[in-house]
Amino acid sequence: MNNSVTNTARLLGAGLRALLVLTLVTGVIYPLVVTGIAQALFNNKANGSEIKADGKVVGSSLIGQSYNLPLKKGQTSPDPDLKWFQGRPQNGLGANSLNTRYKLILSGATNLSADSGAVKGVCPDQPADKTLCAQVVAAKDAVVKDNSVPGYTVKPSDVPADAVTSSGSGLDPAISPEYAELQVHRIAAKNGLSVAAVEKLVKDNTQGRTLGFIGEPQVNVLRLNIALKDLVAKK
Amino acid sequence: MTSAASAAGDMGPVLAGLLQLLALIGALALVYIPLGNYMARVYSSTKHLRVEKWIYKGIGANPDTDMTWPAYLRGVLAFSAVSVLFLYLLQRLQGVLPGSLHFSSVNPAQSFNTAVSFVTNTNWQSYYGEQTMGHVVQTAGLAVQNFLSAAVGIAVAVALVRGFARARTGELGNFWTDLVRGTLRILVPGAAIAAVILVACGAIQNFSGIHEVGQFMGGSQQWNGGAVASQEAIKELGTNGGGYFNANSAHPFENPTPFTNLFEIFLILCIPFALTRTFGVMVGSVKQGYAILATMFTIWLGFVALMMWTEFAHHGPALQAAGGAMEGKEVRFGIGGSSIFAVSTTLTSTGAVDSFHSSFTGLGGGIAMLGMMLGEIAPGGTGSGLYGMLIMAVIAVFIAGLMVGRTPEYLGKKIGGREMKLAACYILITPALVLVFTAASMALPTPPHSMLNSGAHGFSEVLYAFTSASNNNGSAFAGLNANTDWFNTMTGLAMLLGRFLPMVFVLALAGSLAEQKPVPVTAGTLRTEKPLFTGLLVGAILIITGLTYFPALALGPLAEGLAS
Repeated sequence: MNNSVTNTARLLGAGLRALLVLTLVTGVIYPLVVTGIAQALFNNKANGSEIKADGKVVGSSLIGQSYNLPLKKGQTSPDPDLKWFQGRPQNGLGANSLNTRYKLILSGATNLSADSGAVKGVCPDQPADKTLCAQVVAAKDAVVKDNSVPGYTVKPSDVPADAVTSSGSGLDPAISPEYAELQVHRIAAKNGLSVAAVEKLVKDNTQGRTLGFIGEPQVNVLRLNIALKDLVAKK
Repeated sequence: MTSAASAAGDMGPVLAGLLQLLALIGALALVYIPLGNYMARVYSSTKHLRVEKWIYKGIGANPDTDMTWPAYLRGVLAFSAVSVLFLYLLQRLQGVLPGSLHFSSVNPAQSFNTAVSFVTNTNWQSYYGEQTMGHVVQTAGLAVQNFLSAAVGIAVAVALVRGFARARTGELGNFWTDLVRGTLRILVPGAAIAAVILVACGAIQNFSGIHEVGQFMGGSQQWNGGAVASQEAIKELGTNGGGYFNANSAHPFENPTPFTNLFEIFLILCIPFALTRTFGVMVGSVKQGYAILATMFTIWLGFVALMMWTEFAHHGPALQAAGGAMEGKEVRFGIGGSSIFAVSTTLTSTGAVDSFHSSFTGLGGGIAMLGMMLGEIAPGGTGSGLYGMLIMAVIAVFIAGLMVGRTPEYLGKKIGGREMKLAACYILITPALVLVFTAASMALPTPPHSMLNSGAHGFSEVLYAFTSASNNNGSAFAGLNANTDWFNTMTGLAMLLGRFLPMVFVLALAGSLAEQKPVPVTAGTLRTEKPLFTGLLVGAILIITGLTYFPALALGPLAEGLAS
C-alpha cells in the first residue's frame, strides 16, 4: 500500500516536471519567438491591419464596422447612414457581460436554425420575433426599400443572400460584389455622384477569388467607403 | 485585381469549391509520404537530441526504458491528471496573475470544464474567449495543452502500432520519450512555420492589452490583442479547435483570408492522414497504410460531397427566404470553403469552425453530427483517428472471420476473445456516453432551458453537445447555453470518460498484441491491404454507427431536414 502511494506520487511528480518543462517550450519560448518574427516582418498585420483615412486610424481592414446614424431619442437600434455602403447584418454580435469595465465586441453568430420561425416549412409574412425568418424577412424589406431610388427599383429576388444574413463572426469585413452593385444607385443619389463613377469605385475595390478559385469574390466595405469619401471630397 | 475579379466572376461557386477541394487533396498528397516517413523515424529513432536529454533529466525519466502497457497507461493518466489540475488552477487564479488584462478568475464549474476540455483534445468552450481568458491563460495554459494533448494522442496511437509491429514482448515504448519527441520534433516546428504564414496573411500576433481603435463613423471600438496566430496554428495542426475568440476560425483575426481558410483545413488534415503512412512504415508494409488511408479518404470525400450538395441547395425555410445558406458563414470563404471546413473539423477531433453549424441546413447539421458519431476516424484526431480506425479494422477483420469461419488475423496477429472484448468495449463507450447524457438532459426539468431553438433543432443542440464532448470534438450547435453547472459538469465528465476510457482499451489491446508471436501468412489469410478490405471496413463503420445513432438522428437533424 505504502509502496503504491510512493509510486503514484513519484509518477505525478514526473508528470508535473514534464508539464512545466514543456510549458516553458510551448507556452513561453514558442509564442515569444513567433511574436518576435511577426512583429519584425509583418508589423502592421501582426497588430491588426489598421488602416488610415486622412491620417487617422479608422479601423482594421479585417474587422467589419457599422455605418449608422447617431441614435435618435427613443430609438433602441440606430438607422443606417445610407450615404455609405452598408455591410452585412450583425445580429450575432454581443457585448461583454464579464469584466465589464471594458466595452469589448463579442464576436459570434446568431446560431438560429434554418427552420427558425418557419410555419409549415416556409417563412410566413409576419414571422415570430427573434427568429431567423424574422431577421431575414426584415432585412430583405429594408434592403429593397433603402436601395430603390427614383429610376431604379430593386426586386426582392435581386437581393443576394449575404445582404440579409449575419456572418459567422458578426465582424465580416466584406460583402459580395452583387450586394455592392445593388447599392450603387443609392450611393450615387445620396452623394450626388454619377452612377458610372460609383460603379467604377465598386469595380476597383472588388477582390476576385485568390488565384482565381480560392474563396469567393468580395468587396471590403471599409476600404470602399474610404475610397467613396475621397471621391466625394474631390467632387 | 479588377481583371482577376471579372475573370473569376465567370466561374460559379460550385466549380470554385470543387477546385479548392482538388487543391487541398493535391497538397495533402504532396506531404503524405515525407511527413509520414518523418514521423515514423521520430518514433523509431534511438538517438536523442541534446535538448531532449536535458528535458528527460528535468523530468527524471530514463528515455530508453521500454514500458509495458500498464506502465505506459499510468504515464498517460498521471501526465493528464497533472495537466487538468494545473490548467484548472491557472484559471482559478487568473484574477491575481500578472499579464491577464485584469480579467477576473473563472468560476469553478467553468474552469473544470475548460481544463478537461483542453487536456482531452476536445476544446469545447463554454466561455467567450475574448472577454474571459487573459494572455497568460490563453498562451501558457490553453495553447500549451493544444500541443500536449495532441502529442499524447499520437503517442497512444504509436503504442498501438508498436503492438502490431512487435512480437513476443510486452513492451510498447516509453511514454515520456514519445510525448517529448512528438511535441519537439513534429508539433513545435510545424506550428511555428504555420503561425508565421498565418501572420503574413493577417492573423494577429501581439501582446498588447485591450486598446481603442478609431472607427470610420467616429468614436472607437475596443480590441483584444493576443498571441492569436501562434495559437491558431497549433489549434488546427493538433486537431484541437479551441478558438482564441468566440467566433473561432470565423473571426477575421484568426482566419483572415480565403487562402488561410484552405491552409487551416490543410493543417487539420495533414497529420491524421500522414499517420497512416507512419503506421504502414512501422508495421513493415506501406500497403497496409494505404488501405487505411483509402478508408479514411473515401468517407471524408463522401461527406464533403454530401455537405456541399446540401449547403449549395440551401433547403430550409429561412435559407430559402434569404436566397442562400449564408447565415453564419463569411463572404470570403463562401459556401464551398465553409462546407469543406465543416466536414474536416467534425471528421477529425478538431471542432474549430469557420462557419456556424447550427445555422447550416438541417441535413448539413446532421452530416456534421454523423461525422463525429463515426468516432472521428476519417481521418480523425492526431493519433486518436489512427487508433480509432485500427480498432474498427480489428472489428472488420473479426466480421470477415465470422463469415468464412476462420480465426481472424490482422497484420499477423490473432484476434482472439481478449482482443475482441477490448475492441468491443472501445466502440461501446462513446455511444453510451452520448446517448445516456443526452437522454438525461432531455428528461430532467431544467437542462432543456439552455436550448436556443425549439423543436427538433433544440434536441439537436443537446445531442450535438454530448456527441461533440464524448468524441472529444469540441464544435457546437452554439445556440445552446452550455455555461450552466449541469452542462459544464456533464460535458466535462463526458469529455474525460470519452478520452481516457478508450485509451485504456487501446493500450491494453496493444499490450496483448505485442505479446503474441506472429502468425504466418497463408492462402486463407484475409488480405487487409486490398480494396476489398477497404470496402468491408467502410461498410462496417457506417453500419455500426448507423445502427447505434439512427434513432437519435431521426429525432433531430433528419426530422428538421425532411420537414423542409
